[in-house]
Amino acid sequence: MMNYMPEMTFNVDHGYLEGLLRGFKSGILRQNDYLNLVQCETLEDLKLHLQSTDYGNFLANEPSPLTVSVIDDKLKEKLVVEFQHLRNQCVEPLSTFLDYITYSYMIDNIILLITGILHQRPINELIPKCHPLGSFEQMEAIHIASTPAELYNAVLVDTPIAPYFLDCISEQDLDEMNIEIIRNTLYKAYLEDFHSFCRELGGATAEAMCEALAFEADRRAFIITINSFGTELTKEDRAKLYPRCGDLYPYGLQLLAKADDYDQVRQVADIYGHYKELFEGSGTGPGEKTLEDKFFEQEVNFMKNSFMQQFQFGVFYAYVKLKEQENRNIIWIAECVAQRHRAKIDSYIPIF
Amino acid sequence: SILGGGVKAPRIKTKNLISIIFCEAVAIYGIIMAIIIGQGISAFDAEKDTDQIVRDSYDAGFRMFAAGVTVGVSNVACGITVGIVGSGAALADAQNSTLFVKILILEIFASVIGLFGLIVGILQIVGVKMGTK
Repeated sequence: MMNYMPEMTFNVDHGYLEGLLRGFKSGILRQNDYLNLVQCETLEDLKLHLQSTDYGNFLANEPSPLTVSVIDDKLKEKLVVEFQHLRNQCVEPLSTFLDYITYSYMIDNIILLITGILHQRPINELIPKCHPLGSFEQMEAIHIASTPAELYNAVLVDTPIAPYFLDCISEQDLDEMNIEIIRNTLYKAYLEDFHSFCRELGGATAEAMCEALAFEADRRAFIITINSFGTELTKEDRAKLYPRCGDLYPYGLQLLAKADDYDQVRQVADIYGHYKELFEGSGTGPGEKTLEDKFFEQEVNFMKNSFMQQFQFGVFYAYVKLKEQENRNIIWIAECVAQRHRAKIDSYIPIF
Repeated sequence: SILGGGVKAPRIKTKNLISIIFCEAVAIYGIIMAIIIGQGISAFDAEKDTDQIVRDSYDAGFRMFAAGVTVGVSNVACGITVGIVGSGAALADAQNSTLFVKILILEIFASVIGLFGLIVGILQIVGVKMGTK
């Protein structure tokens, strides 16, 4: 009976964390805050305005010439502190769910480290650049390996992402393949794994999460296709990179694999009603939003919808994604302010 | 939920304890039923008393059992409902304090389920006669 009415048992293990998370969510910047930030003239003004929001004095101890990268680091740090607090307090299955969220950051970090090693950068330079949410214990040990294959055998096989390597890449491939292809293959394995995990959890979590992950999968398929025009990526290789957990599987993916230019991609999108709207009206002209912006907007909508349901884990994923979007917005505004190039300062994505 | 929501919105702490008090009210229904059942119990002897009295006593026994089970099950359902609605009320209050009273009205409806159970139990048990008293 507990499976049919998860509301009865959810609060026992996760009620405090959900309440806490919703408190965090109410601190996400609103439209008024963004309007205030857009009117700032300098980064010091920005810091002043942020002090009156939920961010408080997070920039208080920084030395005087504030740079955008410092703001970026501090924003990430705040998210990491909140996330770690949630992660430390939770029990199964929420802890596995939160771990899945960190895997995507881990994949990015690993790719960063591999690229750095291939270009002979010292390890100390690379570690601070990694995203803190995706850190894992063996990160320091990466420099002992000099080729990706050694790296895999020595270090990566102990991380939680090792199964994703197994699914799709063998040792020789790691040496030969382009780094971006490795990243996309790993991400595909990760998305499909996460999707099936959410589906197993069932109930409201599955409803909220599977929708969001399907959208993410389709979005990646579109972006991979569009970015691969004009590169050496063959169509078969491209087809191997598409995650299969979205709405486009299987027919849309087949059509996408055969597409040769942007218009054909658009035709594929037209078959699916919700993607048709995204492609319409997007372009690179001055007044229009780019396709990427529209994807971000749609993601924000999905995340906001997941807060409408109580007693499910989707809210945790949604909070991390919304916080990321907010960080991107703040950094965009900060860059525009710092460079005094205010033409496109309004193209942040408003969240609430 | 009150604990979690109270971290970022401490004002909800005391008002939302009302939800917990609603849960306690259903426990009181149980006590009322127990007292009423207890009043009706008395001794009877299956061999020495007349047939009428023996029949009445068995009837009373079944009725008391049914009333107890009715009140018990409806109290459990009511308690769970009040808990779930109360959790929603706490989180909604943390976001927007005008919502609290509106959700409280829903919670009153949920709590009435327990009251109905009590009424049915009393109807089942009224007029029982056990033993010679």
